[in-house]
Amino acid sequence: MKGRSRVCTEPVWVRAILMIVALGFLAVFLVLPLGAVLYAAFSKGLDAYIAAVREADTRSAVRLTLLAAGIAVPLNVCFGIAAAWAITRFKFPGKRVLVTIIDLPFAVSPVIAGMLFVLLFGAHGLIGPWLLGHGIKIVFAIPAIVIATSFVTIPFVARELIPALEARGPEQELAALTLGATAWQTFRRVTLPNLRWPLAYGAILCTARAVGEFGAVSVVSGHIRGETNTIPLHVEILYNDFQYQAAFAVATILIGIALATLIGKSFIEWHAGRGRPSH
Amino acid sequence: MAKQRRALPGFGLSLGVTLAYLGLMVMIPLSTVVWRTAELSLGQFWSTISSDRALASFALSFGAALVAAGINVVMGVIVAWVLTRYEFPGRRILDGIVDLPFALPTAVAGIALAATWAPNGFLGKYLHAIGIEGAYSRLGVIIALTFIGLPFVVRTVQPVLEGLDPRVEEAAAMLGATRLQTIRRVILPALRPAIVTGFALAFARALGEYGSVVFMSGNMPMKTEITPLLIMSKLEQFDYAGATALALVMLVVSFGILVAINGLTWRAAERRQAIRTPAEPAPTAVPPGAASAGGEL
Repeated sequence: MKGRSRVCTEPVWVRAILMIVALGFLAVFLVLPLGAVLYAAFSKGLDAYIAAVREADTRSAVRLTLLAAGIAVPLNVCFGIAAAWAITRFKFPGKRVLVTIIDLPFAVSPVIAGMLFVLLFGAHGLIGPWLLGHGIKIVFAIPAIVIATSFVTIPFVARELIPALEARGPEQELAALTLGATAWQTFRRVTLPNLRWPLAYGAILCTARAVGEFGAVSVVSGHIRGETNTIPLHVEILYNDFQYQAAFAVATILIGIALATLIGKSFIEWHAGRGRPSH
Repeated sequence: MAKQRRALPGFGLSLGVTLAYLGLMVMIPLSTVVWRTAELSLGQFWSTISSDRALASFALSFGAALVAAGINVVMGVIVAWVLTRYEFPGRRILDGIVDLPFALPTAVAGIALAATWAPNGFLGKYLHAIGIEGAYSRLGVIIALTFIGLPFVVRTVQPVLEGLDPRVEEAAAMLGATRLQTIRRVILPALRPAIVTGFALAFARALGEYGSVVFMSGNMPMKTEITPLLIMSKLEQFDYAGATALALVMLVVSFGILVAINGLTWRAAERRQAIRTPAEPAPTAVPPGAASAGGEL
């Protein structure tokens, strides 16, 4: 316990108990389940694992997931930048309401999020019949998956950029404008470089959620194998088909993405000087 | 100040994009809930949300979310304490792993937990031997909700623990307080706002959770059926009005929690602003992630 005087720490036995409780809890709830997935994924050997991951339906699920995330993430990055700029740089009535609305997709259950788009675009929905009449199918097809994915990931980037922009203040931008830079130059050369870490952080979290979204996508997808299945939905179908080894094998793709997310996140925290100081 | 701020360009564009996007993506879809519910008479609405099956699902969803958030408060404070105060090998890796439930897709969490707690699972087989069902039971719902809510309390309490001035604890000790008294009278009161926020975030997240629970609960109506699952099965039967009525109840509760959390956060920020002395200037940069102390709901 460097830097901490003896009066400010606990007896050794208390420390030992607390550490055993904390480490035991994390081991049982986090490490053991991950180990269980890896064990089951390789339970039939490496060949079975590779076969499950390279199967045609798995590949089409990967493609659809990449498509949905590839649209949802850039969309919400653009939205996050616009929202953060408007909220932190100008005064207007209703700002707090706006911030709360940005957070709403976090508060809505994923199932309800999916339901919203069925109510809107479904065959019995508000504008669904009209769209279907014009040959546009949204629900139980790819567009609804992209829309639902975008909905659940709306807050991620904006929530990171708002405090970052707030803390920085408008001085640098004002200086650039005074020195004759155009609005676009100021944005590209001053605002954006300053925001690169929080932006990357928000985008990483946004991507992780977009790739892994289950409830909302499950409601709107229609579960057509090889067509409207994302990776998490494919895992569910395999699991419910009692193809456990294949389900766990495909799940390892998502675990890999999740671990990459955590590493990226830690890297940014360390790089941006957020690293938790040791006591 | 106001005049100076107007000197910045892009007000119309940025606010326009924000309002248009939120309007199209959030407000119009949400308004369909009101429109659908309005098709029901008050009597129909009431009988939908007060049917035995609906009430059982509310009781399970709220009860299990409450228990799971409670477990996370106790374990979360202990984990945050150990991670900030004690030095041991692998601490940083463990610190990173705490966020796993945020990063791991809920469906994967569900099958991973089932593989651990099911009657033939790693831990489940021992529980099963002594007559406890870790999965496909209400306990399974609580385990799943504890997993997905795990990071919230840790991540709200951790920065407050790190920011505590050690001199305060030293002063308490010098004035004759035992270690336990210092923790109870000095440290815990300072952590209370963060604990409340973490609890609310974990509870709100648990309330709406679907993906991990469906693999862990067994999904038996009246017994282990959570409200999101009941909504799902009503949608599959094209009972849109019934699904919407249940969703409206969930939405009102979640929205209430969200407003309460934002209120707490704003009040805490204002309090920090108020007690900040000139000698201690405002931090110039907010590190990434500071805003999402609790992360994604």
